[in-house]
Amino acid sequence: MRPVAVAAFAQTTHTDHDTGLAEAELILPVIRAVREQSGLTEFGFTCSGSCDYLAGAPFSFVSALDALGAWPPIQESHVEMDAAFALYEAWVRLQHGDVDSALVYGFGKSSMGDLREIMTLQLDPYYLAPLGLDQLSYAGLQRSAVKGDFPAVARRSWESAQTNPYALKLPEPVETAPITDGAAAIVLVAGDLLQDRTNLAYITGIAHRIDPHYPGMRDLTRSASAAAAATAAGVGKGPVDVAELHVQFAHEEIVLAEALGLPAGTVVNPSGGPLAANPVMATGLIRIGEAASRVMDGTAARAVAHATSGPCLQHNLVAVLSRES
Amino acid sequence: MGNRCAVIGVGQTHYTTRRRDVSMAGLVREAALRALEDAGLTFADIDAVVVGKAPDLFEGVMMPEAYLADALGAAGKPMMRVHTAGSVGGSTALVGASLIQGGVHDRVLVVAYEKQSESNATWALTTHLPFTSSLVVGAGGYFAPHIREYMRRSGAPDHIGTLVAVKDRLNALKNPYAHLRIPGIDRAMVESTPMLWEPIRYLETCPSSDGACAIVLSSEHAVTGTPAWVHGGAMRSEPIFRAGRDTVSPQAGIDCAADVYRQAGVTDPRRDLDVAEVYVPFSWYEPMWLENLGFCGVNEGWKLTEAGATALDGDIPWNASGGVLSSNPIGASGLIRFAEAALQVRGMAGEHQVEGARKALGHAYGGGAQFFAMWIVGAEKP
Repeated sequence: MRPVAVAAFAQTTHTDHDTGLAEAELILPVIRAVREQSGLTEFGFTCSGSCDYLAGAPFSFVSALDALGAWPPIQESHVEMDAAFALYEAWVRLQHGDVDSALVYGFGKSSMGDLREIMTLQLDPYYLAPLGLDQLSYAGLQRSAVKGDFPAVARRSWESAQTNPYALKLPEPVETAPITDGAAAIVLVAGDLLQDRTNLAYITGIAHRIDPHYPGMRDLTRSASAAAAATAAGVGKGPVDVAELHVQFAHEEIVLAEALGLPAGTVVNPSGGPLAANPVMATGLIRIGEAASRVMDGTAARAVAHATSGPCLQHNLVAVLSRES
Repeated sequence: MGNRCAVIGVGQTHYTTRRRDVSMAGLVREAALRALEDAGLTFADIDAVVVGKAPDLFEGVMMPEAYLADALGAAGKPMMRVHTAGSVGGSTALVGASLIQGGVHDRVLVVAYEKQSESNATWALTTHLPFTSSLVVGAGGYFAPHIREYMRRSGAPDHIGTLVAVKDRLNALKNPYAHLRIPGIDRAMVESTPMLWEPIRYLETCPSSDGACAIVLSSEHAVTGTPAWVHGGAMRSEPIFRAGRDTVSPQAGIDCAADVYRQAGVTDPRRDLDVAEVYVPFSWYEPMWLENLGFCGVNEGWKLTEAGATALDGDIPWNASGGVLSSNPIGASGLIRFAEAALQVRGMAGEHQVEGARKALGHAYGGGAQFFAMWIVGAEKP
């Protein structure tokens, strides 16, 4: 595949409450930051991820275009998914060879409504949603099936987050990702734009897979889709110094570490992970940004990032980032 | 634009007000199975699935790709969900094609749908966000002032919209999948219907439909059956609130058309294209898009419509299928345009086939006429 690298990453200082900023205002600073970091003001392709249900209104991505100042008109698309999947779409677009840069961003204000109940609406509307399972309930189903030291995951994430200036300042470790408002942006470059840049994190592999929707059709102690995505992305082809995993519940880390085949020495979620800040729809993208940052600052030679969607880790994306293409 | 890509299968449901007999999963599966049958393939032959639809609030299911994965045979595969407002059906096709053009996959199933009977789209489009004024107008109320401005600028006579409403419904009578099939449709009938948003009368608007459309896309070496080759694809977006933007003929539409024409080697769209499926949800958008897409000069679009150039027997038929005015499962409406363009160049459009069509445009727009997606497909390999 054509080499593609992360050239810039920015995220908001996340909050556990609505600070009064509209989505466009939330995005503007991170867009500005990645433009400055990358030295690029225009991009060959732009793609974003957001969710209308967080704002309770259709077309939450429309006003984001005002933050971009999309003029003259831009080549742009949007996924109603975590922005990690927008990054995947942008990576695919860069494979065509005719454009060399892409801007990806995601944003979400989960403080605006009851996130736990809103997540019920992503279930099969005929057979699952009427059962009234909220996000905590179906995560609880999986938790009860998985064995592991969940408090240890929570504690380590909380300790790691102490050095992450963007994470929430939580008083104590938690096993459930907190309600968070925030945004993030990444710039991808390819082709000629890779030249003369030293601070890059190459995406050497990226893939995603979805599992059947119904939790009853899956072995909840494992994640077949995460394992398949990890294989396709080539996680096992080298050492993994750092892994940033989209762990919204502590038990998910146990499932994911096994599915991704992470070696024993891998440092998991040095940022604190989503258990320290979970701006829904940007959380997965931030995993890619954090993993890329570890590669770019030299603390990791090879890092893995993971993003998820759907109930009980139904849909999983895995990316491998490396100093070398 | 990368590797060659072709449409090798098209599947549609019969568009109608209410599909009480199927769930959302049943609806999308029906279209997907027809597309696979057309391509002579099964779900096992598909590498990835891309789903598109308009706002989740239309059916009350958030991120429905999670729930639809099983019905679309996506389990164990990559699945994407695209949402770019009304243009989403077109964007979804382009995202699917991108996976092949980028060399990632060989066969991609693209599905778009809307089950409008699950809710009320006009309500879902007019929610009142904090710190904004609610217009409570729906799409028609939003676009009517732009149409009036077009009429003022161009000096188009009042009956042009009526002509489009009749022409597209006459075409729909030749399309078994069309929702509005109105025997005896004529100008008098359109003009007798109530004025909804001046100058748009009831029969000058699109219906609310339940329906799904699916296409199978293939890389060059994995083609089965009759291919429609993708000669170009483009998307453009512009901000809705930019002061000074021209909402009658948006720059994003002009730029998007220029991009797709360049890729396909089209210099004069009226001459070089044989048929166009263009997103016309309100009758007056035909003359407006004729100009925006460069089929004629500025303020001349209504003259083409009036002269019958866009009729099925005209020199450049627009919406031979009956268009959005005859079937509107919103999220699918753009993909239907793209799919109908493919059917035409494959010679498989049935009674509404444009004789000898070799090159066709598929077009979709959305938001406040700010999101555009287009492709050109051809019978010959590009």
